[in-house]
Amino acid sequence: MAKRNETPRDTMTLDNQVTELARSEAPSELLRELVSHLRQNRTQLREEWVVRITETRLLTAMTKEEIFAEATSVYDSYVEALETEAFEALQAYARNLSERIIPRGVETHEVVGIVLLLRDVLARSLFAKYQTDFKKLNRILDAYEPAANRIANTVAVGFVQERERVIRQQQEAIRELSTPVLQVRERLLILPIIGVIDPQRARQLTEQLLRGIRTNRAKVIVIDITGVAAMDLTVANNLVQTVEASRLLGATVIVTGLSPEIAQTLVTIGVDLGKMNTVGDLQGGIEQAERLLGYKVEKLAEPR
Amino acid sequence: MEVPILKQGAVLIATFQAALSDADLNQLRMGLVQQVVKFRSRAVIVDVTAMDVMDSFASRTLREITHMIRLRGAETVIVGIQPEVAFAMVQLGLTLEGVATALDLEEGLAYLNEKFKSTN
Repeated sequence: MAKRNETPRDTMTLDNQVTELARSEAPSELLRELVSHLRQNRTQLREEWVVRITETRLLTAMTKEEIFAEATSVYDSYVEALETEAFEALQAYARNLSERIIPRGVETHEVVGIVLLLRDVLARSLFAKYQTDFKKLNRILDAYEPAANRIANTVAVGFVQERERVIRQQQEAIRELSTPVLQVRERLLILPIIGVIDPQRARQLTEQLLRGIRTNRAKVIVIDITGVAAMDLTVANNLVQTVEASRLLGATVIVTGLSPEIAQTLVTIGVDLGKMNTVGDLQGGIEQAERLLGYKVEKLAEPR
Repeated sequence: MEVPILKQGAVLIATFQAALSDADLNQLRMGLVQQVVKFRSRAVIVDVTAMDVMDSFASRTLREITHMIRLRGAETVIVGIQPEVAFAMVQLGLTLEGVATALDLEEGLAYLNEKFKSTN
């Protein structure tokens, strides 16, 4: 009898508490609940996210429509990654996305920024939903945070890897572009070098030249470095080695187009200039090469 | 391993095989000079086309051969250094300084012709 007069509410609260404890322990349970919340509120949360992106002035290279389209895809992939924990799919998506946006000039900090913003927007919405139940909020966050952080990490790494792939591709393209070995007369080769020479490219140039000497039976090579802005010790030594190796194949090298800066560098680092045959410009170099080969160029008439 | 030495008029042509031991190189050095004396040659062409590696001992031997033969008043030309070998050599600092070089046998003979013409 006394029991019956106890406030029913207390008993029920106790019951509820017990049931609650039993129900909410599996983190996957919590994740499912969280994912369903994120899906239900998809439109609103995505909108909020896009607003935050614009406010923080990220993705300025993209139009509003593009941002919205990508935001939709990223949101859905994000929620799916939370649900399935299949990060390979997310990684593939991140690389795919990066492939599209890198040519648009989107930077790493922007990509990381928007993923973190999404994480914040979703977290805030969780705070709002579970604000009356602090214990539950904590458990939900326990499930959400590691997954969200892993997603941010995966997307950032995917983006950076894609960027690095693009950079390697571009470097390869530059390397191939700039090392032609040209025959301008019988036994006379010209090697016009443009741009930045790093040790790897310098080595490639030397190998290419030596093969060219053998193939074309060249006796004189003019290496023009007018288009080279600067040279360090390693590359300067490589140039000297190229001259020496060419001699071993019976060819003479004339270097032309040394800028004042490079001339200074070579003198400063003590390159043995006695080993190098240099002429001011390409025209002078070709004229000397022709003399060495026994040519005489004679003007017979005025240009028409 | 014997290195074949052929006579072509006033020029001796020694053709290196792929793998020459230090002993082979020493033997060659003496042998070549003796032949220059015997035939009163004016020049020697050493063809190293078959050599795929040139170490410091081989490089030094070639320089010594050149100097010894020059003392007999004859010229030496090394021909046939392969691009890869040339590259490896200069990286090791083996530049064969003071030794005449040419692309191949044909170029070597052309070089000697020019030289003989101008000194006659």
